[in-house]
Amino acid sequence: MRARVVVRLKRGILDPQGSAVKRALEGLGYREVRDLRVGKLLELELDGAASAQARGRLEEMCRRLLANPVTEDFTVEIVEEGTRPNLP
Amino acid sequence: MKFGVVIFPGTWSDCDFHYVIGEVLHQPVRYVWHRDTDLSEYDCVILPGGFSYGDYLRAGAVAGRSPVVGALGDFVARGGLVLGSCNGFQILCEATLLPGALMRNECLQYRCQSTHVVVENAELPFTRGLRPGQVLKLPISHGEGKYYADLETLRHLKARSQIVFRYCTEAGEVTKEANPNGSVENIAGVVNEEGTVLGLMPHPERAAEAAVGGTDGLLLFHSLIGSLVEDGSFLKR
Amino acid sequence: MSGAEPKVTLDLAQAHGLTAEEYDRIIRILGREPTFTELGLFSALWSEHCAYKHSKVFLRQLPTRAPHVLQGPGENAGIVDLGDGLALVLKMESHNHPSFIEPFQGAATGVGGILRDIFTMGARPIATLDSLRFGDPEDPKTRYLLGGVVAGISWYGNCFGVPNVGGEVAFAPEYGGNPLVNVMCVGLVRHDRIFRARAEGPGNPVFYVGAKTGRDGIHGATMASAVFEEGAEERRPTVQVGDPFTEKLLLEACLGALETGAVVGIQDMGAAGLACCSSEMPARAGTGMEVELSRVPRRETGMTPYEIMLSESQERMLLVVARGREAEVREIFAKWDLDAVEIGRVTADGMLRVRIEGRLVAEVPVRALTEDAPVYEKPTARPGWLDALVAFDPLSLPAPRDYERALLEILAAPTVASKHWVYRQYDQQVGINTLVLPGSDAGVLRIKGTRKAIALTTDGNGRYVLLDPCQGAALAVAEAARNLTCSGARPLAVTDCLNFGSPERPEILWQFGEAIRGISQACQALEIPVVSGNVSFYNETEGRAILPTPIIGMAGLLEEAEWRTTQWLKNAGDRIALIGPEAVSLGGSEYLATFGRRLGGRLAPLDLRLERDVQSACRAAIEAGLVASAHDSAEGGLAVALAEAAISGPEELGVEVALPSGGRLDLVLFGEGPSRILASVPPAAERHFESLMREWRVPWRFIGTVGGNRFTLRVGGEVVINVPVERIAHAWRTGFERYLV
Repeated sequence: MRARVVVRLKRGILDPQGSAVKRALEGLGYREVRDLRVGKLLELELDGAASAQARGRLEEMCRRLLANPVTEDFTVEIVEEGTRPNLP
Repeated sequence: MKFGVVIFPGTWSDCDFHYVIGEVLHQPVRYVWHRDTDLSEYDCVILPGGFSYGDYLRAGAVAGRSPVVGALGDFVARGGLVLGSCNGFQILCEATLLPGALMRNECLQYRCQSTHVVVENAELPFTRGLRPGQVLKLPISHGEGKYYADLETLRHLKARSQIVFRYCTEAGEVTKEANPNGSVENIAGVVNEEGTVLGLMPHPERAAEAAVGGTDGLLLFHSLIGSLVEDGSFLKR
Repeated sequence: MSGAEPKVTLDLAQAHGLTAEEYDRIIRILGREPTFTELGLFSALWSEHCAYKHSKVFLRQLPTRAPHVLQGPGENAGIVDLGDGLALVLKMESHNHPSFIEPFQGAATGVGGILRDIFTMGARPIATLDSLRFGDPEDPKTRYLLGGVVAGISWYGNCFGVPNVGGEVAFAPEYGGNPLVNVMCVGLVRHDRIFRARAEGPGNPVFYVGAKTGRDGIHGATMASAVFEEGAEERRPTVQVGDPFTEKLLLEACLGALETGAVVGIQDMGAAGLACCSSEMPARAGTGMEVELSRVPRRETGMTPYEIMLSESQERMLLVVARGREAEVREIFAKWDLDAVEIGRVTADGMLRVRIEGRLVAEVPVRALTEDAPVYEKPTARPGWLDALVAFDPLSLPAPRDYERALLEILAAPTVASKHWVYRQYDQQVGINTLVLPGSDAGVLRIKGTRKAIALTTDGNGRYVLLDPCQGAALAVAEAARNLTCSGARPLAVTDCLNFGSPERPEILWQFGEAIRGISQACQALEIPVVSGNVSFYNETEGRAILPTPIIGMAGLLEEAEWRTTQWLKNAGDRIALIGPEAVSLGGSEYLATFGRRLGGRLAPLDLRLERDVQSACRAAIEAGLVASAHDSAEGGLAVALAEAAISGPEELGVEVALPSGGRLDLVLFGEGPSRILASVPPAAERHFESLMREWRVPWRFIGTVGGNRFTLRVGGEVVINVPVERIAHAWRTGFERYLV
């Protein structure tokens, strides 16, 4: 299966990178951008099919390594269910 | 009494710490490989600067979960001292051996420059040769040195005098202009509750000789050696 | 041979940048049509970038020998003796084209490549410098390129852990479509640990080490030899991506492997990748090589032999290992989590044989790819437009009304202003050897375990070279040497990076030939050998060439680290001496570019004997401890040099200077001329200094005194500039950054 993890700064934490990109867009005339935050996208290919257990392990990966709980939030999205091995 | 200097893949201040401790201060020092877990022969373990594992996920994230860092918990519980500078500070925070986190510099650029820090807690094994309010001139070199902790953690840190250094002007004033990376409340270094694990963004090893960077960093090493010599038996081995 | 590959025709060869004559020559060498893979090999190795086919005849003039030269040109880097059993490895290279296409990665991989050139010689890199040229600072594109290039250099060098100790950044509209990114690196090695890129010993296994191979930069070597056309910005996919972390591991693993004595030869897979290594290494040793490409670690599927041979994936090396000692090498690379795979062996028959799964896809004599590559003596012609350019008289422009404002403006010009914005993004201290940080005439590093230090600089002025290629290039050598001298060092060796337009145009090749002549003359007169270098041709966009820009990287030795001297004034009360001749000119000057927006005129004459004597006198004064500061008077002339001396140090100091009248005021203040050094002399050393200068018989005189908080300049008794020193400091400090916000 394939999963997508998005890691971003928690709300309320200053995101200077986001502000810089927003300013750059404004400079190009895109004044409608009210807020912009920069995050990280991690794409994972995993053995096995999607399941509650697989999702649980993904969330554990985020808590243990992929996101820093002090500054970052994460979301886990399964983008391709995949098939169980040994099944047609 | 012996110092251990840890090498992770991507560490580069290892040689500098080794040189200062061994050649400038003439103290016994050895390198510790990141896969080692036996720290019994050391009294003080140093996590030097660098880009461990490229800092590709977050600065210090992967090293913070390495075997040697896993062994630091026991080492500290036995009374060992840990000093993390630059990437070492980032690793200690990632490993939750120190509170808070280090984020990308607010200017979004790397900064290598001279800074001044004021000493807030001079009662630690790392700082006992200093006085509170003393200003040290120490260089920094990092892209992710903005210290962050939430309000509650900050309150906790203050209540227990865990904030050790703050960026300041040459005269010792803690101002916005003196803050090179946007750290909350100008924090440049913090210690754990027990006072045995110190993390700081500046590089004391780059200020240990008059010819290169001055000697203010040496004061930290002198404090450490003083503590270790006096209490040489504190490791329960 | 291969059946699945495209049929090779003359058209295909020409699409690969080979001429019809070159294609015929290949057929003659092989006695048949080349395979597709072979065509790839020839096109890469016979490109200008690898074969120096247009430049070789000129480069032969350069003086490359001296008793202290341990390795001259022809290897990955040059080496000079430092005494005490130590040697200094040095090299400079350009990454201009990749940096224009993708400034961050282009500059970053430029740093990566030059670092590998140093550590393949067995040396640990101890410092880098970078010489950058950009277009009009007002152009937003310049800001984008500058920001990206500086960030890329910063990222790669900082992550790897090598200090950046100097360099220059200059701006001129001619670089707008083709910026220059030249990076110099030096390393330190013990004499008995020097390694060379030679595939000695038939039967020895060949190891591939480092990162995996992808489709990065295929045709990078031929791209570096192609003129930019519109739409070059769409060429992004061929640009390599750097991985400084892997490079750092590769450094430690390579030095560890070399230390075992199990390695016979080693070369970086840089431009033209495996193709280059597998032919150059045996060619140098008079051997051959066979490689089996199915063993090459790859990170993409379906790569063809052509792609594997020509890939320019970064952070890879080829090692020849002593037979029977493979396990030692494997173990060291495993410790650093790097691939080390045996992909072939050295043979005795002088052939390169490339196989994939046993199937032969290329079989070429290694000499045909290397020494026997075509060498051209193409026509040269002095450009017709040069006379008119040189005939321009800068004094035909009106003189400024307000000289204070003129000084402030020129100090704030981005080429002159403080480059603090740039170098504060670079780690300048890792290794704790840097005695003089960026911001003085040269970076100075101590050599631990000795009393010695080395000084490093890069210099070059494209405007001078345009107006007079021979003298302009000689001036770059003279200025680099002067910068080292002012820092207390005796120049040891040159590494050069020669950036020019297309050599297929006679006027460009004339500029090139003249520049080589100038470098040779200056190096001979100052007794400094050229030990390594790089030629970068085809720096053109839409038919417009850059200013011809030979950059001189130079290393010097201080027998006593204590001799190191910085450019800024130290003490109130010191006398300021000007050592050197009076002759200056506004031709090609910074002043003319800033105020006249013109490039033209004649350069002040360069007398190389006088240059040598002025530098010897200055070094003698420094070594005798008579000098508190020394600064080369360069771009912006004497007024700018004085201002820099007053404001670039930790403490701003005022000066009172009186100059004799010598023509128009702008000429006196901002005229540029060679062989001029400003030194400050403490009162106690005055008499000794005077007698030393007399001994060396160089022109010199005291022109003023340090002190107060005003910058005061009199010419012919009249006060022409009198401003608080903090005003000039402010202009100089903020001049660069104002273009970047």
